[in-house]
Amino acid sequence: MSILKDFTKGFIKENPVFVLMLGMCPTLATSSSVKNGIGMGLAATFVLACSNVIISAIRKTVPNKIRIPVFIVVVATFTTIVDLFMEAYVPALHKELGVFIPLIVVNCIILARAEMFAQKNPILNSAADGLGLGLGFTLTLAFIGTIREILGEGTWYGMQVMPSDYKPFLLAILAPGGFICLGLLMGLMVRLQKAAKK
Amino acid sequence: MEPTLVVSTSPHIHTKDSIPRIMWCVVISLLPAGAMGVWIFGLHALWVILTCVVAAVLTEVVGQKFIFGKPVTIHDGSAVVTGLLLAYTLPPGLPLWAAGVGSVFAIFIAKLVFGGLGYNIFNPALIGRAVLLAAWPQQMTTWTAPFASAGPAPDALSCASPLAIVKALAAGGTALTTPGTGLPSVLDMFFGRCAGCIGEISAIALLGGAIFLFIRKIITWHTPLTFIGTVAIMSFLFGRNPLFEIFAGGLFLGAFFMATDMVTVPITGWGKIIFGIGAGVLTALIRNVGGYPEGVCYSILLMNAITPHIDRVTMPKKFGAR
Repeated sequence: MSILKDFTKGFIKENPVFVLMLGMCPTLATSSSVKNGIGMGLAATFVLACSNVIISAIRKTVPNKIRIPVFIVVVATFTTIVDLFMEAYVPALHKELGVFIPLIVVNCIILARAEMFAQKNPILNSAADGLGLGLGFTLTLAFIGTIREILGEGTWYGMQVMPSDYKPFLLAILAPGGFICLGLLMGLMVRLQKAAKK
Repeated sequence: MEPTLVVSTSPHIHTKDSIPRIMWCVVISLLPAGAMGVWIFGLHALWVILTCVVAAVLTEVVGQKFIFGKPVTIHDGSAVVTGLLLAYTLPPGLPLWAAGVGSVFAIFIAKLVFGGLGYNIFNPALIGRAVLLAAWPQQMTTWTAPFASAGPAPDALSCASPLAIVKALAAGGTALTTPGTGLPSVLDMFFGRCAGCIGEISAIALLGGAIFLFIRKIITWHTPLTFIGTVAIMSFLFGRNPLFEIFAGGLFLGAFFMATDMVTVPITGWGKIIFGIGAGVLTALIRNVGGYPEGVCYSILLMNAITPHIDRVTMPKKFGAR
């Protein structure tokens, strides 16, 4: 039961972007299109889930004082795997995401989950937690990417969805569009949570 | 029982100033420049102005009533001022839908989201313009030649704005090969016979409105004078004609009507002077070494961002404090 709970909390209740406010930098940078968002989200999910499992497995042997370097090494290992894997099989996406794939090493969602969850919980729970938060992150990126791509390019996942004489609202896929979109969605989330509590 | 003594806290002497009074004065002072724009560029300019104002007021009503649940304050005229100012910074041939989107952004994103009038960090009208320039750069840099709409085809004749010509000449001088790109004289630009945004072209109309605001004590001399003066001095140092530079582009509109906004500009006199000099330096730098031909909009927005700091530094000492 609690494993299921650890999995589902990542989508809404502990949504990494809107609630925990973690991983803002990759969110802003890679949510300019649905494809980039999903690619980034899945890569981060893989690293998050795997490193959560390993960190949870070694949590009793790692001395407390050097736990952060150890976590970083674990995360870096999986990031390298994802990086090389993507370069080999999806080179176009890998090129599009650029430096943000290697930067998964310092993604604060992953370090935060290692610190706050994996080093205190059993392996299965940590795996569920990593998968849930990772998929929550992916869905969030895809959602923001949907808004930004439709407004900014008139397409969704590369398919034309707006009428052909639609003049793309370029700002949406630029950095300020990302900030404005994220800010408005966060405000909306807070309002919905308040409404739900009443 | 009849009260014989009324005790209240100070201040006891009030002026008649209020937000609606100030805002409607600003609206009146802006009218001549808009009339010049419509006269010179034709009726489409009027539609752009009306679209902006109507969209701004509607956004304010919808936002305050349905989204933020606050009392609706359109009667204070601040939305009308924002709409007018935004329209004045847009090219006269801009499609109306773009003008409307800019207006919605100006009111909703730049003002209501920050908490409404008095809480906005940036000048809403300039945010609207910056958004439009980033979103539709082509439509935002297509200028109408003055008096082009007298003929049968209203938007057939387009040409470059004076500052864009200067920029192109500095870059290599290819601009002169296209028709209608001759540099207007300083006198032409003073009266407004040149390409540009709807409300920025006529310096004399803007000056008239500004003098009205001076007399009403709604704006002070600090920011506009230092702003324009700094641009003149910097242009001279960069080897450009200072007179041409101060009448070109949106400097008069920006200096008198946007850099004097009570919300987004420092409160103290020295703060206003710092603001004016900073905006002037930034404007001249953007015009001379930056990528854009015109920099008034961005320089005011950048100075808006540090206004709270200027205010803190120039705060007068409390009496008796060391």
